[in-house]
Amino acid sequence: MRKKILLGIGVMAAIMLAGCGKGSGSGDGALELLNVSYDPTREFYAEYNEMFEEYWKGKGGEELKITQSHGGSGSQARSVIEGNEGDVVTLALAHDITAIERSGLIEGGWIDEFEGSSAPYTSTIVFLVRKGNEKGIEDWDDLVKDGVEVITPNPKTSGGACWNFLAAWAYEQQQNGNDEAATKEFMKKLFQNVLVLDSGARGSTNTFVENKQGDVLIAWENEAYLSMQEYPGEYEMVTPSVSILAQPSVAVVDKNAKKHGTEEAAAAYLEYLYSEEAQRLAGEHYYRPSDEGVLQEFSSQFDLDMNLVTIDDFGGWDEAYETYFEDGAIFDEIYAE
Amino acid sequence: MEQQIVKVKNKKGVRVIPGFGITMGVTLAMLSCLVLIPLASIIISASKLDFREFVEVVTSRQILSGYAVSLSCAFFAAVVNGIFGMVIAWVLVRYDFPGKRILDGMIELPFALPTAVAGISLTFLYSDQGWIGSLFGKVGIKIAYTRIGITIAMIFVGIPFVVRAVQPVLEKLDRQYEEAAMMLGAGGAYTFFRVILPELLPSLLAGFGLAFARGIGEYGSVVFIAGNIPYKTQIAPLLIMSKLEQYKYSDATAIALVLLLLSFVLMFVINSLQIYMQRFTKA
Repeated sequence: MRKKILLGIGVMAAIMLAGCGKGSGSGDGALELLNVSYDPTREFYAEYNEMFEEYWKGKGGEELKITQSHGGSGSQARSVIEGNEGDVVTLALAHDITAIERSGLIEGGWIDEFEGSSAPYTSTIVFLVRKGNEKGIEDWDDLVKDGVEVITPNPKTSGGACWNFLAAWAYEQQQNGNDEAATKEFMKKLFQNVLVLDSGARGSTNTFVENKQGDVLIAWENEAYLSMQEYPGEYEMVTPSVSILAQPSVAVVDKNAKKHGTEEAAAAYLEYLYSEEAQRLAGEHYYRPSDEGVLQEFSSQFDLDMNLVTIDDFGGWDEAYETYFEDGAIFDEIYAE
Repeated sequence: MEQQIVKVKNKKGVRVIPGFGITMGVTLAMLSCLVLIPLASIIISASKLDFREFVEVVTSRQILSGYAVSLSCAFFAAVVNGIFGMVIAWVLVRYDFPGKRILDGMIELPFALPTAVAGISLTFLYSDQGWIGSLFGKVGIKIAYTRIGITIAMIFVGIPFVVRAVQPVLEKLDRQYEEAAMMLGAGGAYTFFRVILPELLPSLLAGFGLAFARGIGEYGSVVFIAGNIPYKTQIAPLLIMSKLEQYKYSDATAIALVLLLLSFVLMFVINSLQIYMQRFTKA
């Protein structure tokens, strides 16, 4: 009897092993490169991958097969930490890459590995309003007025939402001359006007665009452009007087790249993002090119006169996260009565 | 409903029905790999916190309000499912009408539909711009992004449990009981409450318990319709997700562990109640 029970266990184990074994089969000899990215970059990297494959071949590199993976920035970072063997990560904020660094997969100092704090393209935070802008929303202080319904994701679950929060914070600090208590009050009012606090940026866009909730969506500039492109004539973009320079960072996942023998290709893949062609492509996908020259080509598309603060004004991501978004920190205080 | 367990053995100690050894082995392996080991890992992960930290995490105000929202909405959803699930089962068993088979098959759709799809379409329908939500909006009732919305999503995912639990019992229920009650002068309501309901109650409770437990843990469909405002419409599973997003694995599993214990206690109480009642109806 005991033997048969063991046999049963053995059979199950064999089936499971067989099932797992299939998943790890490798490709057709071409070098594989996995780019783990976040939601709104899907279209950009689909085109960039082709561009880079061509360039790499032209340089005499081996044949490359680039795959991309998208999702919320935080959960993508987590997937890498938990064993999704990405060779490069291109995420929404440095904080998520730092989390991977802490797990030991990325070597310290990655942020200085590429130009501009390893952010080859940037974006900023803007407002998307319904056509006609009935509530007359022009700047951050219009968002705290009674009867204005705001849509933004939750900073605790969404990287993009952290940028939104910090942009609003920076505006009010400048208005009242760094009176933190008053700014907290301002943020409290702002979040009282928030109707739906989605868990991710794409969720918020859906709530605003598909379910027609709220008067204003606080969004990434590139997401706002995408919504306007998809629904021509239905939405307008409003650029606030103060916003933040959102820097989506990129890094080679050193340990994985070493393991796959893709170190050279991975570094080149990220380096090439700074080339003129790639910068132009980023601009076409509504990201602000970091190359000044290319950025000027898009001067009619982007409002280049915005007053943009950077994460360094908040002392970098680690400090900013600690101060504003950690459990019991300012964001939690805003919601606790 | 007597439970028959095959225990009969002949002289050599061989069971009458073959295959016990292998099926038992498969059962043990399956349960270990899919249920026991993952559950144990939750406990191990949560135990990285010392007791004081654990209590601090699971009793913080925001987390407590998350439990309250999940439990209260799941409870109401299960009550609604209990009542309407029984009505649906009744209609499907007792009456014949065109399209009955199709209707019967549709009961399982909430199981088959990805919960995110359900959440998105429910939100679309019940938001104040949607078909159904706009009707309610006219009389000043907001459904999507409130606890009502959360409850509706939980009703949606829970309804098959009740229907499928009650249906087979109702099918087996001897109609002669009702006829006898009627003959003895009982009215419709009296027959229902004193004759039919006691027979159905154990299965109804089982369905209620399953729907309740499912509601407590439901994430996929609820996040879309919930609004997710702290202290108002933030469900416990969302708080788990948000802890994960902050890379706080042990906090997340601590909350999950409490949720698990709550569900376990609930199921235990409901099952005990069910056994107690079965003893009652048999007598």
